[in-house]
Amino acid sequence: MKFSIYRFDPDKDEKPYMQDYEIALEPADRMLLDALIRIKTVDDSLSLRRSCREGVCGSDAMNINGRNGLACITPVKGLKEPVELRPLPGLPVIRDLIVDMTQFFKQYHSIKPYLINEDPPPETERLQAPEERAELDGLYECILCACCSTACPSFWWNPDKYVGPAGLLQAYRFLADSRDQATAERLDYLEDPYRLFRCHSIMNCTDVCPKGLNPMEAIGRIKTMMTKRTI
Amino acid sequence: MRAALQLSEAGLKVAVLSKVFPTRSHTVAAQGGIAAALGNVTEDNWHWHMYDTVKGSDYLGDQDAIEFMCRQAGEVVYELEHYGMPFDRLENGKIYQRPFGGQSQNFGGAQATRSCAVADRTGHAMLHTLYQRNVRANTQFFVEWMALDLIRDEHGDVLGVSALDIETGEVMILQARATLFATGGGARIFSASTNAFINTGDGLAMAARAGVPLQDMEFWQFHPTGVYGAGILISEAVRGEGGYLLNKDGERFMERYAPHAKDLASRDVVSRAMTTEIKEGHGCGRDADHLLLKLDHLGADVIKARLPGIREIAIKFAHADPVREPIPVVPTAHYMMGGIPTNFHGQVVAPYKTGPEEVVQGFYAVGECACVSVHGANRLGTNSLLDILVFGRAAGNQIIEDLKRNSHHKHLPGDAADKALGRLARLDSQKDGENVSQVGDMLRKTMQTHCGVFRFADLLKQGVDKISEVAQRARNTEIRDKSRVFNTARVEALELDNLVEVAVATMVSAQARTESRGAHARDDFPHRDDDKWLKHTLYFSEDRRLDYKPVRLKPLTVESFPPKARTY
Repeated sequence: MKFSIYRFDPDKDEKPYMQDYEIALEPADRMLLDALIRIKTVDDSLSLRRSCREGVCGSDAMNINGRNGLACITPVKGLKEPVELRPLPGLPVIRDLIVDMTQFFKQYHSIKPYLINEDPPPETERLQAPEERAELDGLYECILCACCSTACPSFWWNPDKYVGPAGLLQAYRFLADSRDQATAERLDYLEDPYRLFRCHSIMNCTDVCPKGLNPMEAIGRIKTMMTKRTI
Repeated sequence: MRAALQLSEAGLKVAVLSKVFPTRSHTVAAQGGIAAALGNVTEDNWHWHMYDTVKGSDYLGDQDAIEFMCRQAGEVVYELEHYGMPFDRLENGKIYQRPFGGQSQNFGGAQATRSCAVADRTGHAMLHTLYQRNVRANTQFFVEWMALDLIRDEHGDVLGVSALDIETGEVMILQARATLFATGGGARIFSASTNAFINTGDGLAMAARAGVPLQDMEFWQFHPTGVYGAGILISEAVRGEGGYLLNKDGERFMERYAPHAKDLASRDVVSRAMTTEIKEGHGCGRDADHLLLKLDHLGADVIKARLPGIREIAIKFAHADPVREPIPVVPTAHYMMGGIPTNFHGQVVAPYKTGPEEVVQGFYAVGECACVSVHGANRLGTNSLLDILVFGRAAGNQIIEDLKRNSHHKHLPGDAADKALGRLARLDSQKDGENVSQVGDMLRKTMQTHCGVFRFADLLKQGVDKISEVAQRARNTEIRDKSRVFNTARVEALELDNLVEVAVATMVSAQARTESRGAHARDDFPHRDDDKWLKHTLYFSEDRRLDYKPVRLKPLTVESFPPKARTY
């Protein structure tokens, strides 16, 4: 199988280049990650992040034939050859397929991604009806792989000012939690021409999410909450 | 992460080193739940949970630590809920609980319902919740830093670690008044493993290289249901929700092996039954080498609501939609019961001058890398997430206390980083050396063949020789990538050193234990032998010496559960 992979090692390369590989896959190599590990046995300098190899840790996000996805849950069969692999777009490249995610996590941290409830906790659990809990489905499952934010042109242009789809999905995860008391504070923070309103509903985020989540819908709901509180 | 939170919230300065961004650690892959006798669904209490855990451990678990864990279970789960953990809920708004293997009411009676769950993504939800809470507490993370070696002074006190900043390739010394390992397991020593690539036993190897013994390394849990061919975990929650295993004749064979608990017998029991079925020719598929996990009878609604992650995995990795067809599964290496010996305060303990359990000053370990031991010879499902919460918190509290007495850094020896720098220098200058992935493959194949679900005297004996050969070859590994920047080849070579430590410890400990207990099943010694073997193994890396220490049979406040025949 043929691959064309983005290579850049700041220790020795002046600029990035695409390197071609051709390898014979074994029957056990079902996913793109398996193929990359096979390539790595021949060329140990090919650098990528990986860990769980089952799509829950979010390490091996990359741009696969022009589309962001996780290598470990992308079946290698059926990919158009040569399979073109590039680092996630819009973030600085550290090396090869490894990007610097500092900006991405900074935005995630900015929305206070934790439950805020100042009441003294009860001795047992805080009660939450199954319907209230169901509001969190499709939100809490985010694995912070950054496929969505790095597919978003608004995030490419303003990664320092626009929270981005991943951060906003989590902002809504806490806004939607019946146990959280910081709704006003959270909305105040997001009421800003950049943080929230840079979203122009391009929908790339929802389109590429490897977990099938819908950041755009969550962003829409935040906007609705904001409208509701002004009237 | 739980320990870091305890320390940060107490106002201490914490540095958390992690090879990967914190939410990418392997806790993220835990599926089924957290054990706690909340009694939200069926009547329950911590004492029953304690009994189940002691029995599940095949009486090798230390009963003081088990009592400590089971008593605190409710509290740590409620605490997690208060942190924002999105637990599934019952109609009355309380935390949803599901049945799991080995859980009983009334000391071995009816099935208990004790696992607190977030669908089949409990570990993911828990890791993210704890990370989020740490963000709130301003914990400082050193992301993509790999600890290389433990630093000890001439008294054996631990002063910190040497570590590699993976992004820059720089080696640093992190000096600390307290050093805690929560470095996870090492089931990557087996070819067929549910574990993430990062689970290479780094903490164990660092401890072993620094002269700390490793405890009970012969005990590895083979999870009954890894996806055939891919190794990905299919949670026991599937069987907790009512799924069951079939052989090629469509027979629910667990009824023969465990008439009472059936498919929810303890994991060692189910894995052995499956291996026996396959060996006797009842396996499924062209090569008759796997079994089937049936759950379509649960209905699409239950599967989609309670087991959505499992469905996703089955479709992606087994091309089987469990709503319609069974999932092909096979027992797969999953969890290390052994580890760095600790007491229930998270303090590392080792023989030194006066006894087998002297505290190693400044050194703590919790979670899979530690051996408290609450899991003994076999861990019960959902006790591992509980373990990391209870002992993470306990170790945090112990450190807070200890630091009140130790207000200054101890003197750092001049050669503190020499060991780590020496290994790196050797790796960088090696010529005509061994290929890291080839040696790794040989290691994994050796462990898989010689130290699997059933263990045979001749295979173990050959296994010790073969793994020694692997260890020898691993001393001469060579990497072609010499870059300083994010050199993953270098990281993998260093990880191989660690895998070797874990694998040798396992093989040597397994060969020596001539009985069958929990997950250690010897063909030539099929029975448990309490007279000779009701004791913990201690393995010393330096000379591969084995020593033993007694099991702590006396709980903290209740009566001891004396060993008796273990049936399900």
